[in-house]
Amino acid sequence: MHTFENYKHIWIFIECQAGTPKKVGLELLSPGRELANKCGEKLIAVIIGENTQQIAKDAISYGADEAIAVTGKAYHSYSTDAYSHALTTLVEKYKPSVLLLGATGNGRDLAPRIACRLKTGLTADCTALAMDEESGNVAWTRPAFGGNLMATISCPDCRPQIGTVRPGVFRCAEYDRSRTGTVIEEDIPIEPYFIRTKVLEIIQSMSKEEVNLEEAKVIVSGGRGLGDPKNFVIIQQLADVFGGAVGSSRAAVDAGWISHAHQVGQTGKTVQPQLYIACGISGAIQHVAGMSSADTIIAINKDPDAPIFKVADYGVVGDLFEIIPVFIEEIRRLHETL
Amino acid sequence: MNILVCVKQVPDTTEIKIDPHSNTLIRTGVPSILNPFDAYALEMAVRLKEKNGGTVTAISMGPEQAKNVLKECLSVGADQAFLVSDRIFGGSDTLATSYILSAAICKLGEFDVIFCGKQAIDGDTAQVGPELAEHLDIAQVTYVVEVEATDRILTVLREIDERYEKIETQIPTLLTVNKTAFEPRYPTVKSKLTANRTTINTITSADLDLDLTRIGLKGSPTKVKKTFVPVQRKKGLRIMENSGRQSAIRLVEVLLDAKII
Amino acid sequence: MNYLMTDEQKELQAMVREFVAKELTPVSMEYDKKGGFPSAVWKKAVEMGLHILSVPEEHGGSGLNTETYVILNEEIARGDAGFAVSLGACHLATWPAILGGTKEQIHLYYDTLVTGKMMAFCLTEAEAGSDASACRTTAKKVGDEYIIDGAKCFITNGGLAELYTVFAVTDKEAGTRGISAFIVERNRPGVSIGKEEDKMGIRLSNTTEVIFQNVKIPAANLIGKEGQGYKLALMTLDRTRAIGSSSAIGIAQAAIDLSLAYAKERVTFGKPLSKNQAIQFMLADMEIQTQAARLLVRNSARLMDQGIINGRMSAAAKTFAGDNAVKVALDAIQIFGGYGYSREYPVEKLLRDAKIYQIFEGTNQIQRMIVSGHLLRV
Repeated sequence: MHTFENYKHIWIFIECQAGTPKKVGLELLSPGRELANKCGEKLIAVIIGENTQQIAKDAISYGADEAIAVTGKAYHSYSTDAYSHALTTLVEKYKPSVLLLGATGNGRDLAPRIACRLKTGLTADCTALAMDEESGNVAWTRPAFGGNLMATISCPDCRPQIGTVRPGVFRCAEYDRSRTGTVIEEDIPIEPYFIRTKVLEIIQSMSKEEVNLEEAKVIVSGGRGLGDPKNFVIIQQLADVFGGAVGSSRAAVDAGWISHAHQVGQTGKTVQPQLYIACGISGAIQHVAGMSSADTIIAINKDPDAPIFKVADYGVVGDLFEIIPVFIEEIRRLHETL
Repeated sequence: MNILVCVKQVPDTTEIKIDPHSNTLIRTGVPSILNPFDAYALEMAVRLKEKNGGTVTAISMGPEQAKNVLKECLSVGADQAFLVSDRIFGGSDTLATSYILSAAICKLGEFDVIFCGKQAIDGDTAQVGPELAEHLDIAQVTYVVEVEATDRILTVLREIDERYEKIETQIPTLLTVNKTAFEPRYPTVKSKLTANRTTINTITSADLDLDLTRIGLKGSPTKVKKTFVPVQRKKGLRIMENSGRQSAIRLVEVLLDAKII
Repeated sequence: MNYLMTDEQKELQAMVREFVAKELTPVSMEYDKKGGFPSAVWKKAVEMGLHILSVPEEHGGSGLNTETYVILNEEIARGDAGFAVSLGACHLATWPAILGGTKEQIHLYYDTLVTGKMMAFCLTEAEAGSDASACRTTAKKVGDEYIIDGAKCFITNGGLAELYTVFAVTDKEAGTRGISAFIVERNRPGVSIGKEEDKMGIRLSNTTEVIFQNVKIPAANLIGKEGQGYKLALMTLDRTRAIGSSSAIGIAQAAIDLSLAYAKERVTFGKPLSKNQAIQFMLADMEIQTQAARLLVRNSARLMDQGIINGRMSAAAKTFAGDNAVKVALDAIQIFGGYGYSREYPVEKLLRDAKIYQIFEGTNQIQRMIVSGHLLRV
């Protein structure tokens, strides 16, 4: 049995974009806090990017005991080489026992790279974390086989234990402005030639008003049952009423009705909103694989035998063109009475 | 260009069913397929070859039957294929797998671009690609949906979260591929027949100079403690009133009751 | 459905099945209703090589044997019989040259076919159907040319073909020995396309009149010798009969597939149709007869691969397969009940498609003459 006396503390990597933290990093402070409490160690936020001081303060307000910040021109935007260099340097210096990262695109780019460099174990897309205080081993639970199976993984022989968690799996703790903690600034220089990739351009696939599917609390999705691309308008309206995001089945994307960025499913995005409303979507297994972790699923379809009704908590059989406008109207009325 | 595509044979997870008595996965009778993201990666690789010239090599680490997906790769544009297989590789997690693959790749030669699918639909980890790039000490770009090559410069379109990034990198690079706008091509009768006649060589541990402590269960830092079938959703409530309007009203009622809204 | 098929046959079958399900079946009903030919699907089929399955490798084809060809043709017809007919008619047109033509002529046919261009077999006329010897189209030798005059009808691919294999009378007094076979290129002056047939079924296939008015062709376009035409036509039909009827198996199989799916879903009197023994027995009989038909066709194909042209076997296969397709399609409509009668459901089309398999490539009456002829000769 290994004892890793020199590996201590729980680290949360807070990914940032243009000086703003990605919500998932802050969410992970919640399970991180629990792990830290269980083994009596510190919860430390690691921030690489710009505006790190402010983000560090936020992290502490959300539960971190301390923060480590790395900034510098090379770290202003994400690159595998710069970030993996910085993070592995920090890990080798401070030796955390556990490291959590958000399973965003960049998180899933970075985590395996550093896990390999550090020759340690990584468990991706975890949905639950538990800690065995005696051994300090984290039990990571994650889905496999498209969500058909759950596996509980541990990394007993290597440190740090690394895991990624998708946005929306955990919720941020209460923001406590009164919390204080040390912020350590680490200077990690890196030669420019070391960074082998260069971002030439960033193209938003959704307008600024549109909500990011992977972070959305409510998603309203449209499928082939809409009949016409312009009918996505009612999907947008229903999403707006909830302040949610618009999703889509593969059929609508393949038909060119909406961009792939909105596709929910096996070859699209996996989402875990609180509420998922599927409109005119038959519920092919590939689609369900992308949304079955939603807390509540509502399906609206005129075919009573549509497979979507097997996973829906509330299945409304009928014409979505009649149902959705009334649904929107009713919700609006409720908002007004509140 | 010397192009490599890493592929995996996976069970068709859309066909997987759960045995209600034992509460385990029924794996028998589930068809094995080429991992869908690897199919996109291969198509992207073949298109790159068609534009820039060169060869496409397909490689897979798996049991003997993984040769079936390698044959498939040969029938849709791969020029040669290799299976990396040995009993002692069994039980390897992503770190051990990527280590073994990297050794096999080094044995095959130098590659300008290595394509991987973004993730396998059985493991769903998306780890082997980046770990492979790390073992090989080459650059990586993940979630690529488009690629162009001019001399030694690669320009790729990366699709992540809610945006696209146009990224420039240099040969050699490893790219993991997300669903592309184009579909993988069909094989042709001729290419299928040719693929059937092409030998797929197997690379075993004897062909590689491996540190045995880094492969198999021993070389895998992550250990599976247990597996279980997730709790199935309870049967839902069906709403079908006389009119759409009434159904919608009823829906709001039940949602309010259940405190969902 | 796994007979004694090799692994390669199974793989090719799976490949074609997937292609048909994705590319052909989805457009089948649409073209049946509105007419026209799906050239986009033809192009994709050509890319896959479905038009040259049995063309020898040295001529650019895949060199598949007859048995493999009928396995794959069945899959295509399962998607749409009209499409299979369009592919098959090209092969029909090449056979006279293969049997009796020069090397250059064979090259011409194969080279044209390989590029995905279509061809047509022009035997039938208004007054010459089952009695092909009543052919009236003439070919007059003038110098080192022939002049073709006449009109052919019910020609598959008539409006789309680049090459026509035309049977015409060179010697009126000689009866069947006065008919000769010719190659006529589409762009010869005097070749025109007449009306398009408004057919009951296989509507995706292009069937037209082809008119030859004073069409001059070089003497080198004669296939074989003068007077051999009728024999070449019969030999061709002996070889293509069983292959073509694999399409009828495809239709029957499609009917069974649709009926099975419907019977499992459709609930009447509180239970799925499939729980009723009457329906179960209907399905069983459809299956039994189709299996038998399939084996007859496959056997004929295997005989051909052994170099044995058994007219009796292939006539038996064609008769049985055609009659079976019609019966199974009728049963399928019955299982679908009222919906079976509606053109919005895919099953009535199968009956309309199936009927032709009792008529063309030699009516089933002619086939029975062939079978009894063989029996009584010995």
